[in-house]
Amino acid sequence: MGRHSNKGGPAALLASAALLALAGCTAGSGSSALASTPTPVAAAEEPYASTYEPFPGVPTAIVGATIYDGAGGMIEDGVVLFTDGEIVGIGGADLAIPAGYTRVDGTGRYVTPGIIDIHSHLGDYPTPSVDAHSDGNEATDPTTPEVWAEHSVWPQDPGFSRALANGGITTLQILPGSANLMGGRSVTLRNVPSRTVQGMKFPGAPYSLKMACGENPKRVYGGRGRMPSTRMGNFAVNRETWIEAQEYMAEEEPGRDLAMETLAGVLSGEILVQNHCYRADEMALVLDMADEFGYRVSAFHHAVESYKIADLLREHDVCSAVWADWYGFKMEAYDAIPENAAMIHQQGACVVIHSDDENGIQRLNQEAAKAQADGHRMGIDIPDADVISWITLNAARAMGIDEMTGSLEAGKMADVVLWNGDPLSIYSRPEMVWIDGAVMYDMNDPQMRPVSDFELGQPGEGDVK
Amino acid sequence: MNRLLALAASALAVSGALTCAPAMAQNVAITGATVAMGDGSEPVENATVVVQDGRVVAAGAGVAVPAGVPVLDGSGMWVTPGLFASLTSLGLVDVSAVSQSNDIEADDSPFGAALDVAPAINPMAQDFGYSRAGGVTRASVTPEAGASIFGGQGAIVDLGADFDAVRHPRAFQVVEMGERGARLAGGSRTSAHALLRNALHEAGSFGDAAQLRSGGSAGGGNTVVGQDSRMPGNTDRSGDVLLTRFDAAALVPVVRGEQKLYVRVERASDILAMLALREEFPALDMVLVGATEGWVVAEQIAAADVPVIAVALRDLPVSFEQLAATQSNVGRMVDAGVRVAIGGYDSSGDHPRNLPQQAGNMVALNRVPGATGLTWGEAFAAISSVPAEVAGLGGRVGVLAQGAHGDLVVWDGDPLETSSAPILVFVDGVEQPLTNHQTRLRDRYRSLDESERPRAYEW
Repeated sequence: MGRHSNKGGPAALLASAALLALAGCTAGSGSSALASTPTPVAAAEEPYASTYEPFPGVPTAIVGATIYDGAGGMIEDGVVLFTDGEIVGIGGADLAIPAGYTRVDGTGRYVTPGIIDIHSHLGDYPTPSVDAHSDGNEATDPTTPEVWAEHSVWPQDPGFSRALANGGITTLQILPGSANLMGGRSVTLRNVPSRTVQGMKFPGAPYSLKMACGENPKRVYGGRGRMPSTRMGNFAVNRETWIEAQEYMAEEEPGRDLAMETLAGVLSGEILVQNHCYRADEMALVLDMADEFGYRVSAFHHAVESYKIADLLREHDVCSAVWADWYGFKMEAYDAIPENAAMIHQQGACVVIHSDDENGIQRLNQEAAKAQADGHRMGIDIPDADVISWITLNAARAMGIDEMTGSLEAGKMADVVLWNGDPLSIYSRPEMVWIDGAVMYDMNDPQMRPVSDFELGQPGEGDVK
Repeated sequence: MNRLLALAASALAVSGALTCAPAMAQNVAITGATVAMGDGSEPVENATVVVQDGRVVAAGAGVAVPAGVPVLDGSGMWVTPGLFASLTSLGLVDVSAVSQSNDIEADDSPFGAALDVAPAINPMAQDFGYSRAGGVTRASVTPEAGASIFGGQGAIVDLGADFDAVRHPRAFQVVEMGERGARLAGGSRTSAHALLRNALHEAGSFGDAAQLRSGGSAGGGNTVVGQDSRMPGNTDRSGDVLLTRFDAAALVPVVRGEQKLYVRVERASDILAMLALREEFPALDMVLVGATEGWVVAEQIAAADVPVIAVALRDLPVSFEQLAATQSNVGRMVDAGVRVAIGGYDSSGDHPRNLPQQAGNMVALNRVPGATGLTWGEAFAAISSVPAEVAGLGGRVGVLAQGAHGDLVVWDGDPLETSSAPILVFVDGVEQPLTNHQTRLRDRYRSLDESERPRAYEW
């Protein structure tokens, strides 16, 4: 964790905040004795370390906007101050603006934290979506905890720029696909153009292990005449693998084993679990499997039936990362309903709106707004400011980065979106996006729109997209 | 909210009364609402819509309600024509990944152009009801090409809750001419073009020899369904033919321009190649489907007077035939004079009932410097009257014009806004049920209390 200590200022804050975040995760990771066992293999230096550094910005005051702070707060005619990459203040019109701050007129506009997508495949399933770019599923074995999504990410995926300009996405988690029960490690990225994936990696973000239950693993492997071909096979393979990980952790001097290092990281609480799962009954079984082996599921992804067990999810403090209204495309999505998010929220459980889609990531604000409206029509009224947390702080929390970003709070990263209207309205678009206090997108400045290498010299290069 | 409930209750009372007197069920008037005509004009406030005998009689400000027509107070509401969803799979699929329940494409069929969705459509499929609850009242049901470049013949349906869904069978033929068409044709666009031209020539000569009469196009100007042009002739064909007799017969109305040809094509150069095909087959009544790079050649499309059905929000170079993708595609084509309907669903999240979201984004786009979107009126027309025109039903659906079908949707707000949804849906003046599998699940799980008995007893 000390790899950023050579930098002062915000970077130092990042490193210490990351420690806090991880401590929080460990504390909540269940009662197993294994949870306190350190990872057996600690590389001298973390490999493939982030080389991201914030880009230059100027001290900025956004004045006169309606602010959703991401943590459930709303301020009308408010002020947001940031400098050196950090939020330094947020308040009403009476908040003093220090000398030397550049004022941005927020009149008639809205401010939110940078939008966060907890479930993306940008870079590992980039466009153009040709076979040669299909790098998201190592579908050669049902358990591949040894693979790391970052080794598949193509930083030139044009989708990153669309997510930034149209969706206000500042942070995103790239997950391996769901063909495998254990698909590999995720990587959390800053949504900045970069020549390398290391230049995008979110400093201090914990890794997650992508897991999947249900139809996909049993279809992929059952179709090849190998285990698992059933849901009970899914669980058997998972449990055998967790036992293997426990045995690995019990060894006095375990050798290098990429798969076991990842699983040991999960069992020791350093690596989070993001679990693709649709059906309520399967989620309940996964929660018991987590108890059996002493790990914690951070979020169920897709979770189209969370509304059936929202009480259970609240008790286990597990987030549901859901679409607003995808349904019916596969058997385990047949009972998906548009009220899912609102009904989860109503039970007091954690909601995250995710995309899993290079188009959907450009409109998480609209998806959240639809889910809010579907709740309203059944009598569940959720304040706008809470709905914004579904695509900001709640996502950050389920990714273990909520101490660093996800809300507009002094000391956090200055990840900020200025919208040209209410972000919960169809008629609004991001006007400016700051990442760590640096302007990365400006609707009114054609040059402030990144163009990937792939698009240079192509029709529509630099177009509004 | 009370007003909404009162409105819903009164409407139900109206339809309940109609159970005994079916003719009256097709009469309804809604007053005091914000009304969008669907014709591209901006919404009119405090307006009235009158439907009698299932047809629109009048819509606008200052319209009087004839005596005897049940009146609903629409103040605070919006009223629009029902949405027209192009390119759907409604009634062809229950769960797309469950192959037994999916009739969208026929990969192993010996037939191509002869395939006809009409007898396969199941109006009781959940997606029918789910789309109806989202305000979709008419749709084109479109087969996908599976075993050949020809997908077969699509139909126009209404979404009334009955078995009489197919209003215009064999309304159009589908052909794949882009990257996918090239693969289906044997590996190259060269083969796709050769196959298409050969098929049209075969159909031309086959039709003459067989003396086939054709029909079934929704563009025929009336609601009479013509003779099925696939009726087998008794003429033996000789020589070098690639099409089955059934497929050749199905293409006779296409080559004669009596049935629309939906051409799936994305790349600008592919669009021009298709437009050029009309020099050889001048009668072709083409519709470009996809046209992601249409804006690049918008002037040529407009000059050819060929309409387009496009996904509104494509902006990624998903393939090498979509490198110029931009959300401004639709707006730029419209500005060039092309008739553009919004339709097509790129991800599992895109659904016919989310067409207003696609359209609403086109309005938002106008506020982005350098981008080209649509006005509100244009955007709503792109999901109502324009797709109806493209389907050959101009003036009859998708618009609140006198004599049009009485397909109405009463919304609780601006229909293009994320927060709005239909409260009432009428097809041919008949109020429709808005319940479905999804709403029943919602109602069951409003509470998770199982202290008395399991949720399974709540229904």
